[in-house]
Amino acid sequence: MSDTQAEAALSFVRHEPLPPAPPPMAYRGPVHRVRHNLFSSVGNSIMTIAALYAIYLLVSAIVPWVVNGVWDASSIRDCRAQLDGKIGGCFAVIAERWPQLVFGNYPKAQYGRAMLAFVLLFAALAPLLFIELPRKLLWFTGVFPFIGYWLIWGGTIWVPILALVGIVVGYLVFVRLERQSFFGALMAGLLAMALFWGLLVGPIASGLASLVPLRLEPVQSREIGGFMINFILGTTCMALSLPIGIALALGRQSDLPIIKAICVMFIEFIRGVPLITLLFVASVMLAYFLPPGTNFDLILRVIIMITLFASAYMAEAIRGGLAALPKGQYEAGSSLGLDYWQSMRLIILPQALKISIPSIVNIAIGLFKDTTLVSIISMFDVLGMIGGPILSSTDWFGVYWELYAFAGLMFFVFCFGISKYSQYLERKLNTAHR
Amino acid sequence: MSAVSDQPKSGFTLGMLVNDTRYRGYTFQFIAFFAIIFFFGWMIWNAVQNLAALGQDISFGFLGGQAGYDINQKLIPFTSTDTHFRAAIVGVLNTLLVAFLGCITATIIGVLVGILRLSNNWIVAKLMSVYVEVFRNVPLLIWILIIFSIMSNALPAPSAFRGESPEARMVLDSIALTNRGIYVPRPLWLEGSAIVVGVFLLSLIAIYALRRYAIHLLFTQGRTLPVLPLSIGLLIVPTVLAYFLMGSPVGLEYPALKGFNFQGGIQVYGSLIGLWVALSLYTGAFIAESVRGGIQAVSRGQTEAAESLGLRPRRIMSLVVLPQALRIIIPPLISQYLNLTKNSSLAAAVGYMDITGTLGGITLNQTGRSFEAVLLLMAFYLVISLCIAGVMNIYNATVKLKER
Amino acid sequence: MISKFALGAAAVASFYASGALANTLDDVKARGQLNCGISTGLVGFATQDANGDWEGFDVAICRAVAAAIFGDPTAVQFSPVTNKVRFEVLNSGEIDMLSRNTTWTYSRDVDLKLEFGGVNYYDGQGFLVPKALDVTSAGQLDGATVCIQSGTTTELNLADFFRINGISYEPVPITTAAEATQQYLAGACDVYTTDASGLAATRASFADPSAHIILPEIISKEPLGPLARHGDNEWGDVIRWTLNALIAAEELGVTSTNAEELSAGTDNPEVNRLLGSEGDLGAMLGLSPDWAKNAILAGGNYAEIFDTYIGPETPIGLARGLNAQWTDGGLLYAPPFR
Repeated sequence: MSDTQAEAALSFVRHEPLPPAPPPMAYRGPVHRVRHNLFSSVGNSIMTIAALYAIYLLVSAIVPWVVNGVWDASSIRDCRAQLDGKIGGCFAVIAERWPQLVFGNYPKAQYGRAMLAFVLLFAALAPLLFIELPRKLLWFTGVFPFIGYWLIWGGTIWVPILALVGIVVGYLVFVRLERQSFFGALMAGLLAMALFWGLLVGPIASGLASLVPLRLEPVQSREIGGFMINFILGTTCMALSLPIGIALALGRQSDLPIIKAICVMFIEFIRGVPLITLLFVASVMLAYFLPPGTNFDLILRVIIMITLFASAYMAEAIRGGLAALPKGQYEAGSSLGLDYWQSMRLIILPQALKISIPSIVNIAIGLFKDTTLVSIISMFDVLGMIGGPILSSTDWFGVYWELYAFAGLMFFVFCFGISKYSQYLERKLNTAHR
Repeated sequence: MSAVSDQPKSGFTLGMLVNDTRYRGYTFQFIAFFAIIFFFGWMIWNAVQNLAALGQDISFGFLGGQAGYDINQKLIPFTSTDTHFRAAIVGVLNTLLVAFLGCITATIIGVLVGILRLSNNWIVAKLMSVYVEVFRNVPLLIWILIIFSIMSNALPAPSAFRGESPEARMVLDSIALTNRGIYVPRPLWLEGSAIVVGVFLLSLIAIYALRRYAIHLLFTQGRTLPVLPLSIGLLIVPTVLAYFLMGSPVGLEYPALKGFNFQGGIQVYGSLIGLWVALSLYTGAFIAESVRGGIQAVSRGQTEAAESLGLRPRRIMSLVVLPQALRIIIPPLISQYLNLTKNSSLAAAVGYMDITGTLGGITLNQTGRSFEAVLLLMAFYLVISLCIAGVMNIYNATVKLKER
Repeated sequence: MISKFALGAAAVASFYASGALANTLDDVKARGQLNCGISTGLVGFATQDANGDWEGFDVAICRAVAAAIFGDPTAVQFSPVTNKVRFEVLNSGEIDMLSRNTTWTYSRDVDLKLEFGGVNYYDGQGFLVPKALDVTSAGQLDGATVCIQSGTTTELNLADFFRINGISYEPVPITTAAEATQQYLAGACDVYTTDASGLAATRASFADPSAHIILPEIISKEPLGPLARHGDNEWGDVIRWTLNALIAAEELGVTSTNAEELSAGTDNPEVNRLLGSEGDLGAMLGLSPDWAKNAILAGGNYAEIFDTYIGPETPIGLARGLNAQWTDGGLLYAPPFR
């Protein structure tokens, strides 16, 4: 007792903890952060200094070039006169030729159409990119290809509308037969669609066009160029390669040896050769393999080859997704009594595709960048436009860096955007899992 | 009495080909097989008809014809009087050369950058992410053009080395960095040099044996050997001794400015360097991402466990994290090697004479045999890719985690 | 979903019969326009202005042929083709003619089955060197690094020249003129070689053209001309005689300004036959009587076209040289119109 009282009397002990003292000067504030992060050891300091020096070199090389740049000149000679020996870019070439860089030789009066198609493309992609948006918008995504085609190539509206009708016909056939066999119904639907397109679209479209001539000024494929062609090739081939890629991936996983062999051979062949050789095939060899007398657009031939190329890679990405699914999912499907197509469609593919989204996005970025290779087979994409008509014009012969920097920047903006979006998607899907 | 209706149908009906899951597979395969055969047959038939109509034929005879053009970068002797076939071989070797060099440097760059991106050093980490993003998001073709052009503008021309007070000097008086390439001294193998080389190879084997022994010692007796100094000693001393004993049999031929260019020494051409740098930097950015992903995939607990054992950060990386990350990194790494090899076909943009530049470029243009040339080109790349893919599969099988 | 787009596009995109083997002239007339293959960009010969219209020396030939057929120089669809695909594109029927600084050689004519419609520009491969090198003749180029604009006969000529003269060189083949020029200016090569016309254009584009000289040696014969597929002689005649009409027009003093006036009839029977006021030369070709007049009105006679795009008054500043009329000591010699 007395002990306690003594303690109470000698109230020596604190009742509440001391407030934490600030760390010593050397361990806080920006100074500490700098020291701890950047100069924690000799090696680290050397790295920091090297990095700073590299940044200095880059900035000192690029900044004067951009700041002194000439934006208003009529030719490279004019540019040189204005710069008068200073280091600076001749950006006037971009100011004068940007429509060609973006649209190629697309008729000037029709730029609005191309822009509208571009804006609508984003509207169509939105429901795919942002899951929060109402699902009804997917209808627009489905219809967009036809609107986009009509806007860009022009001509009568009845062709894309009838093409759409063809798909509806195919779908109706599919729905009608779906009960019997999914695969058979799919084939029958595709066949019906092909027949409709092959036999009916032409005559009906010309008939309707003569009755109600709703048409836009037609534009030839060869007039399309610049970034527009990179965009068209990128989006079309990407979208087309997805279903083909899924089919190939399923084929590769299949138990049927011949189907599997065909898919494996196709995938390995395409993945084994550089895209540029496939483009050579599109530009010089494909014509030989078609019946004598037929010939179609270079752009269409290129779309075919790039789609084949992309779908092989896509197949591998999706196969990765399929392989990553636990075996239990397959077994669960079987135990519910679902047949192969049902379990694929309802259980396996939705999950596998979700897993493969990051790789699919990487393929999309790669594909978009690879569309620049078409410049090698004399298509006027943005690089073809730069290396061909613009750099050989009497006014601008001798300009070099400015145009390539511009093209690089445009690609960077789009690809970086896509990759950032994919990271966002990855994070979102990750949290959904946990 | 016996229920006839219960009798299993043993008979085979045609309808079962479609409706019976046992046979449906065969039907599909049969149809697919013949569809493919028909499709290819149709294409070949078209090609035959088209070629006949144009009065052309498919013939690889042009490969025996005289090429008529010169190639600067060559690993085997080649002059303009050699055949197109030999030109194609020169191209094949050049493709393999740049692919091989590129894979090595891209790996080094990729691993370094991948690790540095995770560094605590804010500036370095940011700089590395900028590098990765900038290279990954701009087409390779643009990079090749830009890098080649930067090199030829930043490095001095050989004429800058001329005169009383030249603007540029050779590094150590023996290496010339010019915008036409890099000139380094060429070793001259005199009599007795084989012995020096032999001694050098033997010392390499000895170093390998020493390391094996050191590990053995560490595991069995817990003793450590000073491996590094011993290795360096083994590497240098015997070779130097042999060199002087044999009377300095290995000389150096220095490059010297004669006429328009440096003569003598080994020239590494500017086009090779440009392509090499561009491919390495581009592929390196992708490899860096795989490396980063692989390192991050190693669970945090592994690092913490290693820390609690008292390992230092560098050791944790090299002994604990990287070996585990490698299993995740290697498959994408090899597919990057594959991509690099295929991307080397863009060499034509800088005038590097790889297979696409010789067979698919000048030979194709000279002879007009595009059909044959493109077929050969595809076959070549296919063989290379299949070889790399084969190696990859073998490797995957060996490093696969042996679970359960 | 977007996937369906391209399927639709595939179904409706222009599937047209090319008629690679049929009568090209009839095909062209039925189509209403000429499909002409040109270079993807060659200073002075085929370039595109800011509006996307093609112009240049080679382009003018296409326009003249279109004018001869349709009376309308704009009835041309230009297909820019690289030298890698040009013959394939022509043979596949995608284009009707090629006017793309293509050298007329034996193997192209005979082995590749092409038909050349004459020569519109006599060129030859030359060398461009910086003045500072103090080189005055190609014989002094021993050991030099040579930038080549590759993909044509250029490499072959170069290899032959150096082999015959027993001197060594380092070839640097570059695909496009822009890149090759970039390398040359950076000093990555001592010499730049391509056709002399290209060299003149390149030199003219430099910040200081006077610091570079074109060596006197021309090491090859490069007769450049328009061409068509083998086996359709009527079509070949249309191209050949349109070109000849332009050349003859210069010789006969017919220009785009006076052609209309002269076509009313003159004292010179050859002018009358050419312009269609006498005889029926047009009908023989399957064209209208005033075909040659239309071709001349399209861009002028040979001299006018030359002066507009590559002549001394342009930044390219090429002299007529070999491309003068035979009466002026050149090689242009149109066969008689009768």
